Amino acid sequence: MSFINLKDKVVQVKIVYYGPGRCGKTTNLEYVNRKFRDQIQSEMVSLKTHGDRTLFFDFLPFDMGQIKGYDIKIQLYTVPGQVKYNATRKLVLKGVDGVVFVADAMEKQREKNIRSLNQLHENLQAYKESIFKLPLVIQYNKVDLKDHGVPILPTSVLRKDLNSRLQVPDFEASAITGYNVAATLKKIISSTVVSIQKKLL
Amino acid sequence: MNYGIVSQEQLEQIDTILQDKLIKLGVDCVIIIDMAGNIITAKDNGESKYDVYSFAALAAGNFATVDAMAKLVGEAEFSLLFHKGQDSNIHFSKIDDELLLISMFGKEISLGFLRLNVVEAIEQIKTVWDTSQG
Repeated sequence: MSFINLKDKVVQVKIVYYGPGRCGKTTNLEYVNRKFRDQIQSEMVSLKTHGDRTLFFDFLPFDMGQIKGYDIKIQLYTVPGQVKYNATRKLVLKGVDGVVFVADAMEKQREKNIRSLNQLHENLQAYKESIFKLPLVIQYNKVDLKDHGVPILPTSVLRKDLNSRLQVPDFEASAITGYNVAATLKKIISSTVVSIQKKLL
Repeated sequence: MNYGIVSQEQLEQIDTILQDKLIKLGVDCVIIIDMAGNIITAKDNGESKYDVYSFAALAAGNFATVDAMAKLVGEAEFSLLFHKGQDSNIHFSKIDDELLLISMFGKEISLGFLRLNVVEAIEQIKTVWDTSQG
């Protein structure tokens, strides 16, 4: 749940990047951190293992400016993608306002994407949230690999696998090059802010 | 409890409690956060410049982790959570199931004295909460 401070006129919005291991959640945040450096006052926090895998979460706060006199503070989190860390993933989802599901477009990751999305559904239910109601954007990451000869799934297949029931906004992207990273972020921020406004009215 | 929106009046009362009970005592910085990592309010002595937003996210994660560890060894919770450093220390205290009070303080304050004041501050904060919620 977003927290609204009426005294200082600040709204804190929590957006979580979710997805299977090595799909590029942290890479998304790293790109945002580089690209929007002047809007970000603090350092990106990463809790990772020695092997550079996310252990707990990454955290990146930034200011989005004002809406109706309220400062909007966006807090981006990632979850650890490795299968064994579901307890931590659940913790990070607490109080979430919007989710970006990052799918790995590589052919061999097809099943992992579906499993991860199903688990997101279950984890949200534990907080009495519904994947069908929460603001959600899906990103099909790593489309750049096609140019390097790595077999990737066509977007139509990914869409059928992951977004046929959800019908949420989705983007092809390449977190490493930055392609559609900002577009994904803008979309989830706007959906989330609209949803918070609706809840308040 | 609806903690999503706190009225201006409530926040001012809570800020006064934090100021009187903890900042005046010499605590560098006090933050109240929720378990999702949002900051409810933050007060400091005017000198310390902590990145409170990152701090809140990490503190919520830290507390949740310790809580999960407590459950694993069959405890309902570990009530005292305290990190001691050479020059600064951090003390965590649960206000209720959703809120945490975090105090950052230097070596000139003893832990016992701080804890006494934290307990009193929490009692008062709960009263502010209850009167407006009830």
